[in-house]
Amino acid sequence: MNWQAIRAIYVFEMSRFFRTLMQSFVSPVISTSLYFVVFGAAIGSRIDEVDGVSYGAFIVPGLIMLSVMTQAISNASFGIYFPKFIGTIYELLSAPINFLEIVMGYVGAAATKALFIGVVILGTSALFVDLTIQHPLAMLAFMVLTCLSFALFGFIIGIWAGNFEQLQLIPLLVVTPLVFLGGSFYSISMLPPVWQTISFFNPVVYLVSGFRWSFFGLADVPIGLSLLAISGFTVLCLVIIWLIFKTGWRIRQ
Amino acid sequence: MPMVRISDVRKAYADGFEALKGVSLDIHEGEILALLGPNGAGKTTLISTICGITQPTSGSITVGGHDVVADYRGARSLVGLVPQEINLEPFERVMNTVRFSRGLFGKPKDDALLERILRQLSLWDKRNNRIMELSGGMKRRVLIAKALSHEPRVLFLDEPTAGVDVELRRDMWDIVAGLKEAGVTIILTTHYIEEAEAIADRVGVINKGQILLVEEKTALMTRLGQKELRIELHDPVAEMPAALADRGLRIEEGGQVLVYTYDTTQDRTGIATLIREISEAGLVLRDLQTRQNSLEDIFVGLVTEQEDAA
Repeated sequence: MNWQAIRAIYVFEMSRFFRTLMQSFVSPVISTSLYFVVFGAAIGSRIDEVDGVSYGAFIVPGLIMLSVMTQAISNASFGIYFPKFIGTIYELLSAPINFLEIVMGYVGAAATKALFIGVVILGTSALFVDLTIQHPLAMLAFMVLTCLSFALFGFIIGIWAGNFEQLQLIPLLVVTPLVFLGGSFYSISMLPPVWQTISFFNPVVYLVSGFRWSFFGLADVPIGLSLLAISGFTVLCLVIIWLIFKTGWRIRQ
Repeated sequence: MPMVRISDVRKAYADGFEALKGVSLDIHEGEILALLGPNGAGKTTLISTICGITQPTSGSITVGGHDVVADYRGARSLVGLVPQEINLEPFERVMNTVRFSRGLFGKPKDDALLERILRQLSLWDKRNNRIMELSGGMKRRVLIAKALSHEPRVLFLDEPTAGVDVELRRDMWDIVAGLKEAGVTIILTTHYIEEAEAIADRVGVINKGQILLVEEKTALMTRLGQKELRIELHDPVAEMPAALADRGLRIEEGGQVLVYTYDTTQDRTGIATLIREISEAGLVLRDLQTRQNSLEDIFVGLVTEQEDAA
């Protein structure tokens, strides 16, 4: 295992993040605050409580998931797409490294950034609402796994994308709708039965539900199923990436 | 055992284009090999295949005895590549990007070594600059610094002096000479024939995915090297004097110049006799010039031959 290479990629990617630290830090704080103003104060004053949890607190896990997923995808997809776009990928391809090391470097850095933003949002939320975290370890595990699996997914998008438009396409057309319809801002049980059934085909539902369980002990789906879903998604992404490197698809002609 | 051994390598792209048609080549440790060829000859494809950027369709390549596919770690850790295109992250700083390259090749941090490399390339003052602030020539130096940062035993320079000014070209040649002294094997591609003439030990000519010739530069120049003697006359001649008719002379510049072509490898070049005969024929010499055939002539000759054969 070429640990030096993994470290080099990780450090290089993180330095990009630290260069834009203000932007990385300030933008999630502002957007979270806005969500609390709009959802928490305006809508929340009419909804009151969901399953015994104040609406303001109820949306916190969903808010964190929303940002963590989109950040993990955009960081990882950009991280690997950019070297392709400007041509520096030649160096990765001619270095004594294998796909696992490349993935660990890029995905590790993207997941770290997403985790950082998740923690910032959690901290910001604590300023607006009373938060209890019943299962802190499970909460952390869910957050880390989500960062990792969506960074892997982002990595695949970055390799697949042939231009900047395609880089935005999947996040915009697939991920954002799934996340918004994934129970971030409501309980699935609030929906009409038909939509409840449809919702269970949305993988994000399982993640948000599991994550919310770690805060309040409330879940739309059994916690085991949530764990299974996130693990399955991670494995699926890993297999796809392994296939990509094995065949050299979109990388090595 | 050669440092790099290329055995019958073929490379066909997905669209069916065959960029390499059975290339075999041994590159010895410590030599400078110049690969000459026109655009699209397969130079870059050959380098990319050795360095792992593309996979050969068939055939095998070893570097330092390591197969580039089966034992890619062993092979690639010996190889440094300076690509033709200036591929650099514009927002990165020089030092960071060089450090990144060293780490990527699995080498532990060694800023003292990187300082030496950057100083040698006159980049030390620019180490904290962003790449986008550098001139084109400086960017090319950064590419070289990146390739040298991991102490390669074999260095590929893909058209290192394409589009650089004379000063940088000279610097580049000095750097290459220095590396050769340190025992680094260097393969450079170029379409500047003077470049091959100036620095290479051996010259390979590649065209249409085939190696047409690989030879010691000096042997090549001698073997194919013909010289021209240009005799400038005081008074132009309208036609060849009868006494000189069977000497194979050519009249140029409206009778002002007689051109004599001879082979430098022959024992007797016949120059002395010719001069005597010219003065016996009553012609007065004004000046003499000799001109060695350049690699360019040889190169153009080979490529035309191949095209005629096809």
